[in-house]
Amino acid sequence: MSVIRREATRLAAALAVCLAASAAAAADQITFVSQGGSYQEAQTKAILDPAAKALGITIKQDSSADAYPVVKTQVATGKIVWDVIDVAAGYCLRGAAEGLLEKLDLALIPNAKDLDPAFRSDHAVGYITYSTVLAWRTDKYGKNGPQTWADFWDVKKFPGRRSLRNYARPTLEIALMADGVPADKLYPLDVARAYRKLAEIKPHITTWWTSGGQSAQLIRDGEVDMIMAWNGRVGAVMKDGAKVDYHYNQAVLENTSLCVLKGTPNRVASMKFLNEAIAPRNQAALPLLIDYGPVNLKAYDTGIIPAARAAQLPTHPDNFRRQAVLSAAWWASPEGAKAEEGWLAFMQR
Amino acid sequence: MLLLLAPALAVVGLLLVLPLGWLAWQSIYQDGFTPEHYLRILQEDIYWNTFRLTFSISASVTVLAALLGFPVAYAAARLPPRWATVVLALVVIPFWTSVLVRAYAWLVLLQRRGVINQVLMDLGIVDEPLALVHNATGTIIGTVHVLLPFMVLPLYAVMRKIPGDLLNAAASLGARPGYVFARVFLPLSAPGLLAGAMLVFVLCLGFYITPELLGGGRTIMVSMLVQRNVELYHRWGAASAVGLTLLFVVFAIFWIVDRVLPLERVYGAR
Repeated sequence: MSVIRREATRLAAALAVCLAASAAAAADQITFVSQGGSYQEAQTKAILDPAAKALGITIKQDSSADAYPVVKTQVATGKIVWDVIDVAAGYCLRGAAEGLLEKLDLALIPNAKDLDPAFRSDHAVGYITYSTVLAWRTDKYGKNGPQTWADFWDVKKFPGRRSLRNYARPTLEIALMADGVPADKLYPLDVARAYRKLAEIKPHITTWWTSGGQSAQLIRDGEVDMIMAWNGRVGAVMKDGAKVDYHYNQAVLENTSLCVLKGTPNRVASMKFLNEAIAPRNQAALPLLIDYGPVNLKAYDTGIIPAARAAQLPTHPDNFRRQAVLSAAWWASPEGAKAEEGWLAFMQR
Repeated sequence: MLLLLAPALAVVGLLLVLPLGWLAWQSIYQDGFTPEHYLRILQEDIYWNTFRLTFSISASVTVLAALLGFPVAYAAARLPPRWATVVLALVVIPFWTSVLVRAYAWLVLLQRRGVINQVLMDLGIVDEPLALVHNATGTIIGTVHVLLPFMVLPLYAVMRKIPGDLLNAAASLGARPGYVFARVFLPLSAPGLLAGAMLVFVLCLGFYITPELLGGGRTIMVSMLVQRNVELYHRWGAASAVGLTLLFVVFAIFWIVDRVLPLERVYGAR
């Protein structure tokens, strides 16, 4: 036997061992995808590391600001690299409709039954929550700022400069509440009525903001006196010492969801991970690091979240009941898509 | 010769021609050939309004950049080389700052409680803060700032080559300074002006971050239509059609300008 052939045989044997090892490793390893930044770092500490330890698996991480097209490609080509994704709830609904996601195996996810029905579906469980709140400058209106969206619309009682988000969602919900629609009777949205109500306030809007950072800058610098903004952004501005306050009255609660890619070889491990991700103690650990609320309300019973912190969170029972819950299902429907497309035309009117 | 070109051609083919072809394909094919994405641009008001606003903002930016850039380039071209370097460095340095940072910096200056309004009100020049930002004005100011170097550099390159002898000759024949400028200097610097104007105009057509941050949501430019179509509506075909339409319009502009003034004379050494 020539030296070359002997070497080749040994190499092949080594390769075979490696392959077998990696196949074994793949069985208890999943790839989790979120949106990166401090958000994903907080998850790593609060949820991903504890989950990996509890399940005895390896959780590889990736991040993507726009995961949906990638998921579509992976499932279409059958080359599944990602297992579990954390995306806006609407994407999970859309993914389910397009056949890109595994149906949940509820036997492996006992914690799912603790979730409010608004936070789960056949193909996804909720993950974290955030709210769009009404925030105002305390140097302009004092502690008792505008209490409702009707106040936001009342330019006589509350003169001042205003800013709304430059998207239909959830600005249409807010317009309807300003027009007197109760928070629990919003859906299906009366789109025409919402746009009519928005047209009333349009001349008084200084800026229609696009990014969260922009909304924070507007209220921190006092460029506007009241604004619709995400609770986390307003919380950060207040922590910086800006003269700003907010409340959860008529706020709009939204959540991101976890879902599993169809055809993943790690289906069972992925489902087990979903169960850990919504486990009360892991859910309770996240709000200590970042301004998002748990979807699993049992997190408030764990004693992990201090009372003062809990009172700031969107899903704290006192805050939860004062809010509207955004229906991702409605926005994913054809009517929702049409309402969203009407936005640009409204802006140019 | 062709061998030398091969790497560049491969890069252009792979990174430009291929993706553009893909865009073109997407814009006309969606479960079968369809002209719907182009028809939509013709039929829906938002597209027409957006294109109109984009072109009018680009035109304003170009004129302002020319008015601001011409004196700067003139000064740089007339100054001794050492000082010319300083002037050009000052023009180019902002280039190294991200467009995003500069947009926020303009917000700090222009907003209601910003530096400029504060100074104007303290001096009693205005009683109410001026609406300098969150509208088309803010967009134009921010964009001119970003694009000014593209006007100054071609102008400077052309002006520096204008022999001072010609100006002296005109003066010695009795022309007043204004007349020398209008009849000798200005025509000779025209190629630089045109080159700069085209660069600024075309680059401005595709601006995204600056109008998004300084436009207050009302100033909707073509790039924002593309972004909304992709991110919000997931209509890649529509986004591709908008992008290609803009590209064709730019080609048309180049073609028309080329008929008036051959491009090789603008960019070339002649």
